[in-house]
Amino acid sequence: MISLTPEQFLFLLRGFGWTIVLSLLAFAGGGALGFVLALTRVYAPRPVRTLAMLYIKLIQGTPLLILLFLTYFGLPALGLVVEPISAAAIGLSTYVSAYLGEIWRGSLEAVPRTQEEAAACLALNWRQRLVHVILPQAVKIATPPTVGFMVQIVKNTSLASAIGFVEMARAAQMVNNATFRPLIVFMLVAALYFTLCYPLSAWSQRLERSFDVARR
Amino acid sequence: MRYDLEFAAPLVYWQDMLAGAWTTLGLSLTATVLGFSLGVACAIARTGRSPAAARAAGAYVEAIRNTPLLVQIFIVYFGLASVGIKLGAFTAATVALVVNVGAYTAEIIRAGIESVPRSQREAAECLALSRWQLLRHVVLPPAIERVWPALTSQYVLLMLASSITSQISAEELTAVANRVQSDTFRSVETYLIVAAFYLALSLVLRVLFWAVGSVVFTRRRRLGIPL
Repeated sequence: MISLTPEQFLFLLRGFGWTIVLSLLAFAGGGALGFVLALTRVYAPRPVRTLAMLYIKLIQGTPLLILLFLTYFGLPALGLVVEPISAAAIGLSTYVSAYLGEIWRGSLEAVPRTQEEAAACLALNWRQRLVHVILPQAVKIATPPTVGFMVQIVKNTSLASAIGFVEMARAAQMVNNATFRPLIVFMLVAALYFTLCYPLSAWSQRLERSFDVARR
Repeated sequence: MRYDLEFAAPLVYWQDMLAGAWTTLGLSLTATVLGFSLGVACAIARTGRSPAAARAAGAYVEAIRNTPLLVQIFIVYFGLASVGIKLGAFTAATVALVVNVGAYTAEIIRAGIESVPRSQREAAECLALSRWQLLRHVVLPPAIERVWPALTSQYVLLMLASSITSQISAEELTAVANRVQSDTFRSVETYLIVAAFYLALSLVLRVLFWAVGSVVFTRRRRLGIPL
Protein backbone atom coordinates (compact mmCIF):
# COMPACT_ATOMS: atom_id res chain seq x y z
CA MET A 1 0.00 0.00 0.00
CA ILE A 2 1.35 3.32 -1.03
CA SER A 3 1.72 5.64 1.96
CA LEU A 4 0.11 3.26 4.46
CA THR A 5 2.42 1.76 7.06
CA PRO A 6 2.01 -1.93 7.90
CA GLU A 7 0.69 -0.91 11.33
CA GLN A 8 -2.03 1.22 9.78
CA PHE A 9 -2.95 -1.58 7.44
CA LEU A 10 -3.14 -4.00 10.36
CA PHE A 11 -5.30 -1.50 12.22
CA LEU A 12 -7.74 -1.51 9.31
CA LEU A 13 -7.72 -5.30 9.29
CA ARG A 14 -8.52 -5.34 13.01
CA GLY A 15 -11.48 -3.08 12.18
CA PHE A 16 -12.40 -5.60 9.48
CA GLY A 17 -12.46 -8.29 12.18
CA TRP A 18 -14.70 -6.20 14.41
CA THR A 19 -17.04 -5.56 11.50
CA ILE A 20 -17.44 -9.33 11.14
CA VAL A 21 -17.94 -9.79 14.89
CA LEU A 22 -20.54 -7.03 15.03
CA SER A 23 -22.35 -8.43 11.97
CA LEU A 24 -22.54 -11.86 13.60
CA LEU A 25 -23.80 -10.40 16.88
CA ALA A 26 -26.44 -8.37 15.07
CA PHE A 27 -27.51 -11.39 13.03
CA ALA A 28 -27.72 -13.64 16.07
CA GLY A 29 -29.56 -11.13 18.24
CA GLY A 30 -31.78 -9.82 15.47
CA GLY A 31 -32.42 -13.33 14.19
CA ALA A 32 -33.56 -14.60 17.59
CA LEU A 33 -35.86 -11.64 18.14
CA GLY A 34 -37.00 -11.67 14.52
CA PHE A 35 -37.95 -15.33 14.75
CA VAL A 36 -40.14 -14.63 17.78
CA LEU A 37 -41.65 -11.66 15.94
CA ALA A 38 -42.41 -13.75 12.86
CA LEU A 39 -44.11 -16.46 14.94
CA THR A 40 -46.02 -13.78 16.84
CA ARG A 41 -47.23 -12.15 13.67
CA VAL A 42 -48.53 -15.43 12.28
CA TYR A 43 -49.78 -17.38 15.29
CA ALA A 44 -50.36 -15.00 18.23
CA PRO A 45 -53.80 -13.66 19.19
CA ARG A 46 -54.82 -10.49 17.39
CA PRO A 47 -53.83 -7.81 19.96
CA VAL A 48 -50.32 -9.26 20.31
CA ARG A 49 -50.08 -9.58 16.56
CA THR A 50 -50.97 -5.92 16.15
CA LEU A 51 -48.37 -4.99 18.74
CA ALA A 52 -45.69 -6.92 16.84
CA MET A 53 -46.74 -5.23 13.62
CA LEU A 54 -46.55 -1.82 15.27
CA TYR A 55 -43.05 -2.58 16.53
CA ILE A 56 -41.95 -3.58 13.04
CA LYS A 57 -43.47 -0.47 11.44
CA LEU A 58 -41.88 1.78 14.06
CA ILE A 59 -38.41 0.31 13.64
CA GLN A 60 -38.64 0.23 9.85
CA GLY A 61 -39.73 3.87 9.81
CA THR A 62 -36.78 5.07 11.87
CA PRO A 63 -33.25 5.45 10.52
CA LEU A 64 -30.74 2.98 11.94
CA LEU A 65 -28.52 5.89 12.93
CA ILE A 66 -31.27 7.24 15.21
CA LEU A 67 -31.81 3.75 16.68
CA LEU A 68 -28.11 3.53 17.45
CA PHE A 69 -28.12 6.95 19.11
CA LEU A 70 -31.17 5.96 21.13
CA THR A 71 -29.53 2.79 22.45
CA TYR A 72 -26.20 4.50 23.01
CA PHE A 73 -27.69 7.40 24.97
CA GLY A 74 -30.88 5.71 26.18
CA LEU A 75 -29.47 2.66 27.95
CA PRO A 76 -27.12 4.71 30.19
CA ALA A 77 -30.08 6.98 30.99
CA LEU A 78 -31.81 3.87 32.33
CA GLY A 79 -28.78 3.27 34.50
CA LEU A 80 -27.17 0.53 32.43
CA VAL A 81 -23.48 0.76 31.68
CA VAL A 82 -22.96 0.11 27.97
CA GLU A 83 -19.79 -0.15 25.96
CA PRO A 84 -20.03 1.10 22.39
CA ILE A 85 -19.96 -2.51 21.16
CA SER A 86 -22.95 -3.59 23.26
CA ALA A 87 -24.87 -0.45 22.34
CA ALA A 88 -24.08 -1.09 18.67
CA ALA A 89 -25.01 -4.77 18.93
CA ILE A 90 -28.30 -3.98 20.67
CA GLY A 91 -29.21 -1.17 18.26
CA LEU A 92 -28.35 -3.26 15.21
CA SER A 93 -30.21 -6.29 16.61
CA THR A 94 -33.34 -4.20 17.06
CA TYR A 95 -33.05 -2.98 13.49
CA VAL A 96 -32.33 -6.45 12.10
CA SER A 97 -35.17 -8.07 14.06
CA ALA A 98 -37.77 -5.85 12.39
CA TYR A 99 -36.59 -6.74 8.87
CA LEU A 100 -35.90 -10.44 9.47
CA GLY A 101 -39.21 -10.71 11.34
CA GLU A 102 -40.99 -9.40 8.28
CA ILE A 103 -39.03 -11.60 5.84
CA TRP A 104 -39.66 -14.69 7.92
CA ARG A 105 -43.32 -13.90 8.43
CA GLY A 106 -43.67 -13.86 4.65
CA SER A 107 -41.87 -17.19 4.43
CA LEU A 108 -44.11 -18.78 7.05
CA GLU A 109 -47.18 -17.53 5.23
CA ALA A 110 -45.84 -18.73 1.89
CA VAL A 111 -46.03 -22.35 3.02
CA PRO A 112 -49.32 -23.61 1.57
CA ARG A 113 -52.11 -23.67 4.12
CA THR A 114 -53.07 -27.20 3.12
CA GLN A 115 -49.77 -28.42 4.55
CA GLU A 116 -50.73 -27.28 8.01
CA GLU A 117 -54.25 -28.64 7.60
CA ALA A 118 -52.91 -32.02 6.55
CA ALA A 119 -50.58 -32.04 9.55
CA ALA A 120 -53.49 -31.14 11.81
CA CYS A 121 -55.48 -34.04 10.35
CA LEU A 122 -52.62 -36.33 11.34
CA ALA A 123 -53.19 -35.14 14.92
CA LEU A 124 -49.86 -33.35 15.17
CA ASN A 125 -49.94 -30.66 17.83
CA TRP A 126 -48.93 -27.06 17.11
CA ARG A 127 -45.28 -27.55 18.06
CA GLN A 128 -44.98 -30.70 15.94
CA ARG A 129 -46.70 -29.04 12.99
CA LEU A 130 -44.31 -26.12 13.24
CA VAL A 131 -41.10 -28.09 13.69
CA HIS A 132 -41.75 -30.97 11.31
CA VAL A 133 -44.00 -29.51 8.64
CA ILE A 134 -44.00 -25.70 8.43
CA LEU A 135 -40.46 -24.70 9.38
CA PRO A 136 -38.55 -27.07 7.05
CA GLN A 137 -40.45 -25.62 4.09
CA ALA A 138 -40.37 -22.05 5.35
CA VAL A 139 -36.61 -22.17 5.91
CA LYS A 140 -36.08 -23.05 2.28
CA ILE A 141 -38.19 -20.13 1.13
CA ALA A 142 -36.53 -17.79 3.62
CA THR A 143 -32.91 -18.59 2.84
CA PRO A 144 -32.29 -16.44 -0.27
CA PRO A 145 -33.78 -13.21 1.14
CA THR A 146 -32.11 -13.83 4.50
CA VAL A 147 -28.70 -14.19 2.90
CA GLY A 148 -29.47 -11.06 0.87
CA PHE A 149 -30.29 -9.19 4.05
CA MET A 150 -26.98 -10.26 5.59
CA VAL A 151 -25.37 -7.92 3.06
CA GLN A 152 -27.40 -5.07 4.54
CA ILE A 153 -26.29 -6.08 8.04
CA VAL A 154 -22.60 -6.06 7.12
CA LYS A 155 -22.92 -2.67 5.41
CA ASN A 156 -24.96 -1.17 8.21
CA THR A 157 -22.41 -2.08 10.88
CA SER A 158 -20.45 0.84 9.42
CA LEU A 159 -22.91 3.16 11.21
CA ALA A 160 -21.62 1.91 14.56
CA SER A 161 -18.70 4.23 13.84
CA ALA A 162 -21.04 7.13 14.70
CA ILE A 163 -21.28 5.99 18.32
CA GLY A 164 -17.56 5.51 18.62
CA PHE A 165 -17.20 1.77 18.08
CA VAL A 166 -13.97 1.11 16.19
CA GLU A 167 -15.06 -1.16 13.38
CA MET A 168 -13.76 -0.82 9.86
CA ALA A 169 -15.33 2.53 8.93
CA ARG A 170 -14.17 4.15 12.18
CA ALA A 171 -10.72 2.60 11.78
CA ALA A 172 -10.61 4.10 8.29
CA GLN A 173 -11.52 7.53 9.63
CA MET A 174 -8.74 7.27 12.21
CA VAL A 175 -6.15 6.11 9.67
CA ASN A 176 -7.28 8.90 7.36
CA ASN A 177 -6.83 11.45 10.13
CA ALA A 178 -3.26 10.26 10.51
CA THR A 179 -2.35 9.96 6.83
CA PHE A 180 -4.57 12.48 5.01
CA ARG A 181 -5.01 9.98 2.19
CA PRO A 182 -8.81 9.73 2.15
CA LEU A 183 -9.14 8.39 -1.37
CA ILE A 184 -6.74 5.50 -0.81
CA VAL A 185 -7.96 4.69 2.69
CA PHE A 186 -11.68 4.77 1.95
CA MET A 187 -11.29 2.98 -1.40
CA LEU A 188 -9.32 0.27 0.35
CA VAL A 189 -11.99 -0.05 3.03
CA ALA A 190 -14.72 -0.10 0.38
CA ALA A 191 -12.87 -2.96 -1.29
CA LEU A 192 -12.67 -4.81 2.03
CA TYR A 193 -16.42 -4.40 2.54
CA PHE A 194 -16.90 -5.62 -1.02
CA THR A 195 -14.97 -8.83 -0.29
CA LEU A 196 -17.39 -9.49 2.57
CA CYS A 197 -20.61 -8.52 0.80
CA TYR A 198 -20.14 -9.69 -2.76
CA PRO A 199 -19.91 -13.42 -1.96
CA LEU A 200 -23.08 -13.08 0.14
CA SER A 201 -24.90 -11.27 -2.70
CA ALA A 202 -23.79 -13.83 -5.25
CA TRP A 203 -24.77 -16.69 -2.95
CA SER A 204 -28.19 -15.16 -2.38
CA GLN A 205 -28.73 -14.77 -6.12
CA ARG A 206 -27.68 -18.36 -6.77
CA LEU A 207 -30.04 -19.62 -4.07
CA GLU A 208 -32.84 -17.58 -5.55
CA ARG A 209 -32.28 -19.00 -9.00
CA SER A 210 -32.05 -22.61 -7.80
CA PHE A 211 -35.21 -22.09 -5.77
CA ASP A 212 -37.01 -20.76 -8.84
CA VAL A 213 -35.90 -23.77 -10.85
CA ALA A 214 -37.04 -26.11 -8.09
CA ARG A 215 -40.47 -24.52 -8.11
CA ARG A 216 -41.01 -24.68 -11.81
CA MET B 1 -32.77 3.66 38.03
CA ARG B 2 -35.61 5.93 37.09
CA TYR B 3 -35.21 8.33 34.27
CA ASP B 4 -37.65 11.18 33.76
CA LEU B 5 -38.24 12.10 30.18
CA GLU B 6 -38.15 15.83 29.75
CA PHE B 7 -39.19 16.93 26.29
CA ALA B 8 -39.48 20.67 26.96
CA ALA B 9 -35.81 21.50 26.43
CA PRO B 10 -35.33 19.90 23.01
CA LEU B 11 -38.80 21.00 21.89
CA VAL B 12 -37.61 24.62 22.14
CA TYR B 13 -35.69 23.82 18.96
CA TRP B 14 -38.76 22.61 17.07
CA GLN B 15 -38.26 25.20 14.33
CA ASP B 16 -34.71 23.98 13.69
CA MET B 17 -35.99 20.42 13.56
CA LEU B 18 -38.73 21.35 11.15
CA ALA B 19 -36.16 23.05 8.94
CA GLY B 20 -34.01 19.92 9.21
CA ALA B 21 -36.94 17.72 8.23
CA TRP B 22 -37.56 20.02 5.28
CA THR B 23 -33.92 19.68 4.23
CA THR B 24 -34.13 15.90 4.59
CA LEU B 25 -37.23 15.85 2.40
CA GLY B 26 -35.61 18.08 -0.23
CA LEU B 27 -32.40 16.05 -0.18
CA SER B 28 -34.28 12.76 -0.55
CA LEU B 29 -36.56 14.00 -3.31
CA THR B 30 -33.63 15.42 -5.28
CA ALA B 31 -31.76 12.15 -4.87
CA THR B 32 -34.90 10.21 -5.79
CA VAL B 33 -35.49 12.07 -9.05
CA LEU B 34 -31.84 12.05 -10.15
CA GLY B 35 -31.29 8.50 -8.90
CA PHE B 36 -34.36 7.33 -10.75
CA SER B 37 -33.05 8.76 -14.03
CA LEU B 38 -29.63 7.25 -13.44
CA GLY B 39 -31.21 3.93 -12.53
CA VAL B 40 -33.40 3.80 -15.63
CA ALA B 41 -30.37 4.59 -17.82
CA CYS B 42 -28.34 1.82 -16.17
CA ALA B 43 -31.19 -0.67 -16.38
CA ILE B 44 -31.49 0.05 -20.11
CA ALA B 45 -27.74 -0.36 -20.50
CA ARG B 46 -27.81 -3.62 -18.57
CA THR B 47 -30.55 -5.14 -20.68
CA GLY B 48 -29.42 -3.54 -23.93
CA ARG B 49 -27.42 -4.72 -26.91
CA SER B 50 -23.95 -3.45 -26.12
CA PRO B 51 -22.09 -5.99 -23.97
CA ALA B 52 -19.56 -3.36 -22.87
CA ALA B 53 -22.27 -1.01 -21.60
CA ALA B 54 -24.06 -3.91 -19.91
CA ARG B 55 -20.87 -4.95 -18.16
CA ALA B 56 -20.05 -1.40 -17.07
CA ALA B 57 -23.56 -0.90 -15.66
CA GLY B 58 -23.34 -4.29 -13.93
CA ALA B 59 -20.02 -3.44 -12.32
CA TYR B 60 -21.41 -0.10 -11.11
CA VAL B 61 -24.47 -1.76 -9.60
CA GLU B 62 -22.48 -4.48 -7.84
CA ALA B 63 -19.82 -2.08 -6.55
CA ILE B 64 -22.42 0.22 -5.02
CA ARG B 65 -24.71 -2.44 -3.64
CA ASN B 66 -21.88 -4.23 -1.86
CA THR B 67 -20.28 -1.29 -0.07
CA PRO B 68 -21.71 0.82 2.77
CA LEU B 69 -23.27 4.19 1.99
CA LEU B 70 -21.18 5.75 4.75
CA VAL B 71 -17.95 4.81 2.97
CA GLN B 72 -19.39 6.05 -0.35
CA ILE B 73 -20.19 9.38 1.28
CA PHE B 74 -16.65 9.61 2.68
CA ILE B 75 -15.17 8.84 -0.75
CA VAL B 76 -17.25 11.56 -2.41
CA TYR B 77 -16.68 14.16 0.30
CA PHE B 78 -13.12 13.53 1.55
CA GLY B 79 -11.75 11.40 -1.28
CA LEU B 80 -12.71 13.68 -4.15
CA ALA B 81 -11.59 16.74 -2.18
CA SER B 82 -8.12 15.21 -1.85
CA VAL B 83 -7.79 15.03 -5.63
CA GLY B 84 -8.97 18.60 -6.09
CA ILE B 85 -12.72 18.15 -6.61
CA LYS B 86 -14.05 20.07 -3.63
CA LEU B 87 -17.78 19.69 -3.05
CA GLY B 88 -19.78 21.31 -0.29
CA ALA B 89 -21.22 18.96 2.33
CA PHE B 90 -24.70 19.24 0.88
CA THR B 91 -23.62 18.70 -2.73
CA ALA B 92 -21.43 15.76 -1.71
CA ALA B 93 -24.36 14.27 0.21
CA THR B 94 -26.64 14.62 -2.82
CA VAL B 95 -24.07 13.12 -5.19
CA ALA B 96 -23.42 10.16 -2.90
CA LEU B 97 -27.13 9.48 -2.40
CA VAL B 98 -27.83 9.72 -6.14
CA VAL B 99 -25.00 7.34 -7.00
CA ASN B 100 -26.15 4.99 -4.26
CA VAL B 101 -29.85 4.88 -5.03
CA GLY B 102 -29.20 4.80 -8.78
CA ALA B 103 -27.69 1.34 -8.39
CA TYR B 104 -30.66 0.00 -6.42
CA THR B 105 -33.12 1.59 -8.86
CA ALA B 106 -31.26 0.02 -11.78
CA GLU B 107 -31.59 -3.42 -10.25
CA ILE B 108 -35.30 -3.00 -9.49
CA ILE B 109 -36.14 -1.61 -12.93
CA ARG B 110 -34.11 -4.33 -14.61
CA ALA B 111 -36.36 -6.86 -12.88
CA GLY B 112 -39.35 -4.91 -14.22
CA ILE B 113 -37.96 -4.86 -17.76
CA GLU B 114 -37.31 -8.59 -17.63
CA SER B 115 -40.89 -9.20 -16.54
CA VAL B 116 -42.26 -7.71 -19.78
CA PRO B 117 -43.16 -10.68 -22.00
CA ARG B 118 -40.93 -11.19 -25.03
CA SER B 119 -44.00 -11.34 -27.28
CA GLN B 120 -44.74 -7.69 -26.51
CA ARG B 121 -41.33 -6.64 -27.78
CA GLU B 122 -41.73 -8.83 -30.83
CA ALA B 123 -45.13 -7.33 -31.57
CA ALA B 124 -43.63 -3.84 -31.28
CA GLU B 125 -40.80 -4.82 -33.61
CA CYS B 126 -43.34 -6.08 -36.13
CA LEU B 127 -44.93 -2.64 -36.03
CA ALA B 128 -41.51 -1.26 -37.00
CA LEU B 129 -41.06 0.76 -33.83
CA SER B 130 -37.52 1.97 -33.39
CA ARG B 131 -35.49 0.77 -30.39
CA TRP B 132 -36.24 3.96 -28.45
CA GLN B 133 -39.94 3.97 -29.33
CA LEU B 134 -40.08 0.38 -28.18
CA LEU B 135 -38.47 1.23 -24.85
CA ARG B 136 -40.46 4.41 -24.35
CA HIS B 137 -43.92 3.08 -25.27
CA VAL B 138 -43.86 -0.69 -24.86
CA VAL B 139 -41.26 -1.80 -22.35
CA LEU B 140 -40.69 0.90 -19.75
CA PRO B 141 -44.25 1.90 -18.78
CA PRO B 142 -45.41 -1.58 -17.71
CA ALA B 143 -41.97 -2.39 -16.30
CA ILE B 144 -41.94 0.66 -14.02
CA GLU B 145 -45.58 0.24 -13.11
CA ARG B 146 -44.89 -3.29 -12.04
CA VAL B 147 -41.98 -2.43 -9.74
CA TRP B 148 -43.50 0.81 -8.43
CA PRO B 149 -44.17 -0.66 -4.93
CA ALA B 150 -40.56 -1.87 -4.73
CA LEU B 151 -39.32 1.54 -5.87
CA THR B 152 -41.47 3.23 -3.23
CA SER B 153 -39.90 1.12 -0.48
CA GLN B 154 -36.45 1.81 -1.86
CA TYR B 155 -36.99 5.58 -1.85
CA VAL B 156 -38.39 5.52 1.68
CA LEU B 157 -35.24 3.63 2.69
CA LEU B 158 -33.22 6.29 0.87
CA MET B 159 -34.91 9.01 2.92
CA LEU B 160 -34.04 7.14 6.12
CA ALA B 161 -30.51 6.57 4.87
CA SER B 162 -30.07 10.28 4.18
CA SER B 163 -29.61 10.54 7.96
CA ILE B 164 -26.12 9.13 7.35
CA THR B 165 -25.12 12.33 5.58
CA SER B 166 -25.10 13.97 9.02
CA GLN B 167 -21.68 12.32 9.34
CA ILE B 168 -20.23 14.86 6.92
CA SER B 169 -22.23 17.62 8.62
CA ALA B 170 -24.84 18.15 5.95
CA GLU B 171 -27.43 20.09 7.96
CA GLU B 172 -30.36 17.69 7.67
CA LEU B 173 -32.61 16.35 10.40
CA THR B 174 -30.13 14.05 12.13
CA ALA B 175 -27.42 16.70 12.14
CA VAL B 176 -29.89 19.11 13.72
CA ALA B 177 -30.66 16.43 16.31
CA ASN B 178 -26.96 15.99 17.08
CA ARG B 179 -26.64 19.73 17.65
CA VAL B 180 -29.79 19.97 19.77
CA GLN B 181 -28.79 17.05 21.98
CA SER B 182 -25.36 18.53 22.63
CA ASP B 183 -27.01 21.88 23.47
CA THR B 184 -29.65 20.46 25.80
CA PHE B 185 -28.02 17.26 27.15
CA ARG B 186 -31.42 15.66 26.53
CA SER B 187 -30.24 13.11 23.99
CA VAL B 188 -32.90 10.41 24.45
CA GLU B 189 -35.74 12.91 24.15
CA THR B 190 -34.17 14.63 21.17
CA TYR B 191 -33.72 11.39 19.24
CA LEU B 192 -37.22 10.22 20.15
CA ILE B 193 -38.65 13.44 18.72
CA VAL B 194 -36.53 13.09 15.61
CA ALA B 195 -37.58 9.45 15.23
CA ALA B 196 -41.18 10.69 15.22
CA PHE B 197 -40.23 13.20 12.51
CA TYR B 198 -38.75 10.39 10.40
CA LEU B 199 -41.84 8.24 10.87
CA ALA B 200 -43.98 11.15 9.70
CA LEU B 201 -41.66 11.72 6.74
CA SER B 202 -41.82 8.09 5.67
CA LEU B 203 -45.59 8.27 5.84
CA VAL B 204 -45.59 11.45 3.74
CA LEU B 205 -43.33 9.82 1.16
CA ARG B 206 -45.48 6.68 0.95
CA VAL B 207 -48.58 8.78 0.35
CA LEU B 208 -46.70 10.90 -2.18
CA PHE B 209 -45.51 7.86 -4.16
CA TRP B 210 -48.95 6.30 -4.01
CA ALA B 211 -50.42 9.52 -5.42
CA VAL B 212 -47.78 9.80 -8.16
CA GLY B 213 -48.33 6.15 -8.99
CA SER B 214 -52.07 6.51 -9.35
CA VAL B 215 -51.68 9.61 -11.53
CA VAL B 216 -48.98 8.18 -13.79
CA PHE B 217 -50.23 4.62 -14.08
CA THR B 218 -53.84 5.24 -14.94
CA ARG B 219 -54.66 1.66 -15.70
CA ARG B 220 -53.86 0.70 -12.11
CA ARG B 221 -53.41 -2.98 -12.45
CA ARG B 222 -53.27 -4.81 -9.19
CA LEU B 223 -50.08 -6.66 -8.38
CA GLY B 224 -50.05 -10.27 -9.44
CA ILE B 225 -52.18 -9.75 -12.50
CA PRO B 226 -50.29 -10.71 -15.64
CA LEU B 227 -49.40 -7.84 -17.94
